[in-house]
Amino acid sequence: MAIDLENPSNFITTRVRQAVNWGRKYSLWPLPFGVACCAIEFMSTVSSYNDISRFGAELVRFSPRQSDLMIIAGTISYKQAPILKTIYAQMAEPKWVIAMGACASSGGFYNNYSTLQGADRVIPVDMYVAGCPPTPENLLYALTQLQERVEKEGLVPAAERHAGRSEARG
Amino acid sequence: MSQKLVDSLQREFGTDILAVDSPRGDESVTVAPERLLDVLGHLRCAGCEQLSDVVGVDHPDRAERFELVYLLRSYADNERVQVKVNVAEDAPVPSAAGVYRSANWAEREVYDLLGVPFSGHPDLRRLLCHHEFEGHALRKDYPIEQGQECARPEKLFTDEDIARAAERANDLVSDPDDVHDELHPSDLLTVNIGPSHPATHGALRAEVLLDGENILEARTEIGYIHRCFEKEAEDHTWAQVMPYTDRLNYCSAMLNNSIYAMAVEKTIGVEATPRAQAIRVIVSELSRIIDHLVCVCANLVDIGALTNYWYLYNVRESIYETLEKLCGSRLTTNYARIGGMSHDLFDGFDAEVRTKLDEMDVGNADVMKLIARNRIFLDRTVDVGVISQEDALSWGYTGPCLRATGLAYDLRKLAPYSGYENYDFDIPTGTNGDTHDRIMVRMAEMVQSRSIILQALDKLPDGPLNIDDNSVVLPPKESVYGSIEGVMNQFKLVYEGIQVPAGRGYGFGEGANGELGYYCVSDGTGHPYRLKVRPPCFPIFSSYAELVRGGMIPDAIATLGSLNIIAGELDR
Ligand code: SF4
Repeated sequence: MAIDLENPSNFITTRVRQAVNWGRKYSLWPLPFGVACCAIEFMSTVSSYNDISRFGAELVRFSPRQSDLMIIAGTISYKQAPILKTIYAQMAEPKWVIAMGACASSGGFYNNYSTLQGADRVIPVDMYVAGCPPTPENLLYALTQLQERVEKEGLVPAAERHAGRSEARG
Repeated sequence: MSQKLVDSLQREFGTDILAVDSPRGDESVTVAPERLLDVLGHLRCAGCEQLSDVVGVDHPDRAERFELVYLLRSYADNERVQVKVNVAEDAPVPSAAGVYRSANWAEREVYDLLGVPFSGHPDLRRLLCHHEFEGHALRKDYPIEQGQECARPEKLFTDEDIARAAERANDLVSDPDDVHDELHPSDLLTVNIGPSHPATHGALRAEVLLDGENILEARTEIGYIHRCFEKEAEDHTWAQVMPYTDRLNYCSAMLNNSIYAMAVEKTIGVEATPRAQAIRVIVSELSRIIDHLVCVCANLVDIGALTNYWYLYNVRESIYETLEKLCGSRLTTNYARIGGMSHDLFDGFDAEVRTKLDEMDVGNADVMKLIARNRIFLDRTVDVGVISQEDALSWGYTGPCLRATGLAYDLRKLAPYSGYENYDFDIPTGTNGDTHDRIMVRMAEMVQSRSIILQALDKLPDGPLNIDDNSVVLPPKESVYGSIEGVMNQFKLVYEGIQVPAGRGYGFGEGANGELGYYCVSDGTGHPYRLKVRPPCFPIFSSYAELVRGGMIPDAIATLGSLNIIAGELDR
């Protein structure tokens, strides 16, 4: 198709940054760090009834190097914590983290010798989803909220976004 | 029922049998630790093919601080017996791993959580807590909230292990003159699978040593979502434990609820009303269906058959809707109560469930059309991950995985509870004990569950939902708001918990994955003194390393899916 440079209606002007952010917003590739019950609801979220692909985030990648959104679905134990940390470190910037469910957010109703009291003790978290487990709708809502932030903030690396994070929490 | 076994033990061992007891009908004998292996060996010869579990109980005030209870079962005679030993702190107990394979992990767990050493155990390491953990978490003097951080994961194969594996492989080579067969440790590749891997469906970890594409050796590690169910239980009242049971096997929470309620009822000495029992049967079978659905669909995805996932998961999603309507939550249902159910069925439940069952039929038929004669599916599953019936029993297999080896054993038929004896259904079995049979047994079981649900709906009895006993069931709201007795009754039950009389009881039922049991020990207060879960997939997963040896990684993945290991229940 020849480009008609004379006709102004054929152009949309934007800034590169905006265009990139818009694209990124609708193409988050989630890495499900699914360890417990919440992971089953994550399965529901990607299956046809709730269909996460409506929000452009259906390309579930289990390789941290190919994904930019980690969804922590389940209870993180002290045994699991170093693994979570490693996998997060393997993800390329910019990257985001959703803590799905009470356990990933705060340890949930497991306050005991084995359970880490929230994933944010070891890695920075951008979005917390309440529920035990959150319904698929809850998770999708968190995803859309995160998308708004991605659009606004754009390519700020996680390290910078969470720069003010206190050392005590990781 | 197991009087015969007890008699034979008394004849054989005479005064070495220190005590005989039968709390709530569970026959048990106490022996000295030195005689334990003889007794277990005798029982094994007398037909007890399976050691279901080993329960450790801590009594800090006793000289013989730890009590170990071995739960044994004879399939041939359909009998059970428990063997108890009492040991002082740090006194070793002879390991039963040479008699029953399932003892291996069961004893490791007792060692990890209670610190009882087992002499002669092949691999006495921690199992649920991480390797840097100090102390023993289930001892009464270990504070529940005292967490311990873990700096790095444990390596499952050390350099020596790899060298030894290479040596062993070389020893097996048939032709000693063939220089090419000589294997050097550096030829072996260690591949780590999990604990965050899509095919493990949860936090499990396996490390395999590969010679080319073949698995020379495998090791497994669990405990990644050990959430201290048993310690939490001791910290809560009997009724408060109910939501924790949801999260054991989170694919079929209603089953866990119902069997837990049943176990506590047994320990108290009451029985649920006919209506509650029938409702438990209906929701349990619905749960079995959704559990099997998710197991089969995930298994098929792992071997590349994605379409089936949509067919089966949609049905599951649709059944979720009904469950959500019934109890307000899709996954973590918290529906049963000790002495009854939280509330009755909603209007229109009957019709809705029937529609859902029809949907299930359609979904399953679609899937069967895709896989039954599918060459790729058959190549990937037939003769993959085979286990013989004898091995399966020794490893502690129950449920569909055991039935796939051809043994028609189902607790709903052979130790009926909740009125299962009144329903007409078959026990589907396989022949080969391979991945294919495990999938097919599950598919066939859904059809049976459907039939049970329909029968239960047809003859759902009227009458009260909860038992009429104010020391177990919360009083009706009118009485709480209308009378001082009602308020006091409610207050005491909520605040102090149900006063389960001192004693013990082992309540069990057919979970989606096999025998799910709760060993309850009460000291007469409102809290469990000890609550041990016998999760069906724990013994099954303990055999996994053995099962995949000699195969390839894709086979190992197909096998794992068919075993249906649910990490929440595995690690508790
Ligand atoms: S938040 Fe609830 S549902 Fe999610 S992992 Fe924790 S216990 Fe399970």
